[in-house]
Amino acid sequence: MVDTEVQYSIATESRQPIADSRIAVENLSHAYQQRQALDNISFDVSCGEIFGLLGPNGSGKTTLFRILSTLMPVTAGTVRIFGHDLATEVRTIRNLLGVVFQHPGLDTKLTVVENLRHHGHLYGLAGKALRHQISELLERFGVSDRATERVEVLSGGLQRRVEIAKALLHSPRVLLLDEPTSGLDVTARRQLNEHLGMLARTENILVLMTTHLLDDAEACNRVGILDEGKLVAIGEPDELKAKVGGDVILIESENRETLSDVISERFGFSPVLTDNQLRIECERGHEFVRDVVAAFPDEIQSVRFGKPTLEDVFVKLTGNLFT
Amino acid sequence: MVFWILIGSGLSASFRPTGAADGPDYIAYFYPGIVVLVLLFTSIFATISVVNDRREGFLQGILVAPVPRWRVVMAQAFGGTTLALLQGVLLLLLAPMTGIRFGATSILLSIGVMALLAFGLTNLGLLIAWRMDSTQGFHAIMNLLLIPIWLLSGAFFPSTGVPGWLAWTMKFNPLTYGLAAFRHSLYFDTTAKAFGEIPPWTLSMLITGLFCVLTYVGATFTASTQAN
Repeated sequence: MVDTEVQYSIATESRQPIADSRIAVENLSHAYQQRQALDNISFDVSCGEIFGLLGPNGSGKTTLFRILSTLMPVTAGTVRIFGHDLATEVRTIRNLLGVVFQHPGLDTKLTVVENLRHHGHLYGLAGKALRHQISELLERFGVSDRATERVEVLSGGLQRRVEIAKALLHSPRVLLLDEPTSGLDVTARRQLNEHLGMLARTENILVLMTTHLLDDAEACNRVGILDEGKLVAIGEPDELKAKVGGDVILIESENRETLSDVISERFGFSPVLTDNQLRIECERGHEFVRDVVAAFPDEIQSVRFGKPTLEDVFVKLTGNLFT
Repeated sequence: MVFWILIGSGLSASFRPTGAADGPDYIAYFYPGIVVLVLLFTSIFATISVVNDRREGFLQGILVAPVPRWRVVMAQAFGGTTLALLQGVLLLLLAPMTGIRFGATSILLSIGVMALLAFGLTNLGLLIAWRMDSTQGFHAIMNLLLIPIWLLSGAFFPSTGVPGWLAWTMKFNPLTYGLAAFRHSLYFDTTAKAFGEIPPWTLSMLITGLFCVLTYVGATFTASTQAN
């Protein structure tokens, strides 16, 4: 009796139309003593979307993640999650959030099912409804056959899937993930991104993840690029890449400075100097490559030619290398 | 355990608690102290995990769940208390060796007092652990604060005959009363009592209870301020 009631309430809750199904961040800032970790950030994310916060280490991603996941208070600016103010309605918001941390959040000495069961209890799930939910999620994430094994014997990729299953246990409307693909191999990473994409589409969940991996960001519907606490760009990956325009040519050379000067003199481009290479954006890049190699056959060690990536977007916008 | 037998036997030749000159030897005097030490260690060690678990581990998930902090701390405190109590009860089996004769009252009372002590000590550990961002820091506090609290509780030596400043320190040490409560409960059904001058039963129980409440409130407060 109680079980069916619980199940019923979960089902209706997730079907209820919610007027404002977004995360709306406005003028959010956060400082640690001297250092400004987040500087006047504003963005919106809607349901059914995978939003990636891309930035190098120390760009403020983790601070933003900790604020959104209710671990750190909002000190300046406002954050509204599904219409609820993060500063005052923490309890309501916590029910809406599923959170996956960068560091493993599973008890490795317990089995997969035990981890999920305890987590379910925290959200007031119990009995048949909880068991049903657990087996369904494990099935969906392809870990049913490992359900009674201890978490410590599972591979990194499987553990991460269990973590996501755990975060989805109480049918949250928002899934927050901090560097979800770190420590995973290429295959596991791709699978994870596919899973997240499916979740956003079929369950209409809002997925927000932080990442420093360009591949992950490419898999998102929209990306926000963070650098030194500032949101320097926001948009669909293709849209952002279109900003760079044309092609990107990377040239490695022993004497970059002189080469840079000569190139700008002769071709009229202004190359960006980075640690070990020259970076040039131009239309009809293949012609430029042909000409530049012909002109400086001795100075150039290698040339890379390609369409712009999100890394190029980052370099263009910040003038820094993405490291 | 080993601690108790080695130190207890070693010192029993030269040491007799004042006021019980003809009574039981140091081993008997030291026994409740050892039980309290075991309670202290077990409850405190149970709380060290909070330091790491808060950054990586199951606790992260608990912190973002819609569960109030006071319930989280309560659960942690009960966890530590259970562990410590199990250890304490095991040690209690050795009590008859020291001349303690148990009746139903003294057994129940002793277990009850042990539970109170374990609860208070676990909360004390939580109070510290929730503030710490490294386990090294925790160990420093442990050596600086927790071991002296135990040493000066009358576990190791009675307050009679020690220098004035030390006697005063012992008087303001909450664990002195916890230990006294435990001694009283152990010997509840025994006529020959193996302790010197210690605080009376009601006062001891009162302060121990107060200690539990204060450390719990303190731990909850710390947990709430540290992580939103």
